[in-house]
Amino acid sequence: MPMLEIEYLNVRFSDTPVLKDVGLAVPRNASFGLVGESGSGKSTVLRTVCGLVDDWDGTISVADRKLGAKRDLAFYRTTQMVFQDPYGSLHPRHTIHRILSEPVKVHRLGDTEARVAAALAQVGLDATFRFRYPHQLSGGQRQRVAIARALILEPQLVLLDEPTSALDVSIQAEILNLLQDLQQRLGLTYVVVSHDLAIVAHMCETVAIMNRGRVVETVATGALGDTASLSPYSRQLLVASKGYDRAAVDRFVDFE
Amino acid sequence: METTGAMAETPLLDIENLRVTFRTSHGTVEAVRGIGFTLGRERLGIVGESGSGKSQTGRAILGLTAGNGEIRADRLRFHGQDLMGFGQREWRAIRGKRISMVMQDPIYSLNPVMTVGRQIVEAYTTHHRVSPREAKEKTLEMLAAVKIRDPESVFGRYPHEVSGGMGQRIMIAMMLIPDPDLIIADEPTSALDVTVQLQVLAILDDLVRERGMGLIFISHDLSLVSSFCDRILVMYKGRIMEELKASELHRAKHPYTRGLLDCLPSLDGPKAPLRVLRRDPAWEIG
Repeated sequence: MPMLEIEYLNVRFSDTPVLKDVGLAVPRNASFGLVGESGSGKSTVLRTVCGLVDDWDGTISVADRKLGAKRDLAFYRTTQMVFQDPYGSLHPRHTIHRILSEPVKVHRLGDTEARVAAALAQVGLDATFRFRYPHQLSGGQRQRVAIARALILEPQLVLLDEPTSALDVSIQAEILNLLQDLQQRLGLTYVVVSHDLAIVAHMCETVAIMNRGRVVETVATGALGDTASLSPYSRQLLVASKGYDRAAVDRFVDFE
Repeated sequence: METTGAMAETPLLDIENLRVTFRTSHGTVEAVRGIGFTLGRERLGIVGESGSGKSQTGRAILGLTAGNGEIRADRLRFHGQDLMGFGQREWRAIRGKRISMVMQDPIYSLNPVMTVGRQIVEAYTTHHRVSPREAKEKTLEMLAAVKIRDPESVFGRYPHEVSGGMGQRIMIAMMLIPDPDLIIADEPTSALDVTVQLQVLAILDDLVRERGMGLIFISHDLSLVSSFCDRILVMYKGRIMEELKASELHRAKHPYTRGLLDCLPSLDGPKAPLRVLRRDPAWEIG
């Protein structure tokens, strides 16, 4: 059984359909990429899975359990999310210790001190970071804290929403390496949302390419080199990812 | 070839030993530390990570350095004119008219309570004495030049009523309408989707070529800059590490440039860990 399975997921924001019959399956210990332009619905898929979207229908199963309208505490021990912007996702007036100990308290796991220290060590930060505030940290260090906060509950499924798009490329490399290393050590399953095909090709075995609320196609990232076999939408996205080419721009079309 | 031709005449910009220093409560911070370059009617890319001083370099050329900052330079010349001694009045004659700047985010840089058309008309009439009708006609022409399909309707819209890509085209229209000699584009497309980004760049590219302007393209995106510009300056902590022909980026010699190239994930790359940039303290010392 897959770690995450989504079938016929439909989401509407008031009257606007945002997701249309989205389906995907993510095997255990795999990395699955979701790629698309803004408004394609890629982040909405993650937000719906983790309970941040109310009005949806279809089926979502995580670790063989079908999700209902409400998520219980047990769900959040299996599934955690890391958000895009480490400048916005950490409470500015809480110390790193408080940020990391809050999930431990909510889930009544006990042993806070030891868990916080272990979580920091896991993401390569030393214990002195506990008493700092987010503004005293660099962007890369903040994203490490955000990852530590997700991992402190020992989840199996981690949803990563543009985890490095706010960071410089050299810091991005460090965070991507950290995520891959953690996945191997802890046996995690990742769903990675990104607008950057190269990141997804690097991190994931499989990628679903989305446009206007639909999954256009799901392909093995190894097959991205063989552009002939791709749908026109994916091919255009791939061409655009390779840099500026004046002649190629004239061949761009709008996809409905 | 174009580059060498342009360099033969007086350069558009001639900068020597430019320094930008800020006074802060934690002491002085040197954002730009003694850089120099010349620019002809070409497309020059300035690439660097955050804190490299690339944006401060662009702002210094337009006299837009914040109040607590100080600019020093052995030479800062535009068309042979010394920009160093400029007062507010002299700047106003240059800004917009001779040198203009396209900023990163159209949502924040357009006036939210003024229609798009009025803003562009204002940019034009500030520098040209024309009748209102003529200004409007010129504006509609300019909107068409940036490939906006229905200029009449867009003319009357407010910035929140247009998409990001269209907003950035409006910015470009506004910056190009006074017909400047030099455009400074600071991350002009970083907020846009890849395909829209390239479409906007193509419009900028065509207009800059047609009108024979110089362009400084400031970006963190090394591969985008190398595919778009003629020449690249790679900056790190306020200094220029390396100057390269864009087509020869793959032959970069400086370890910082090499390090930046190596840490990018690639579409067909191995899944092995990415190489991490090792920063050499020697890069920071002149």
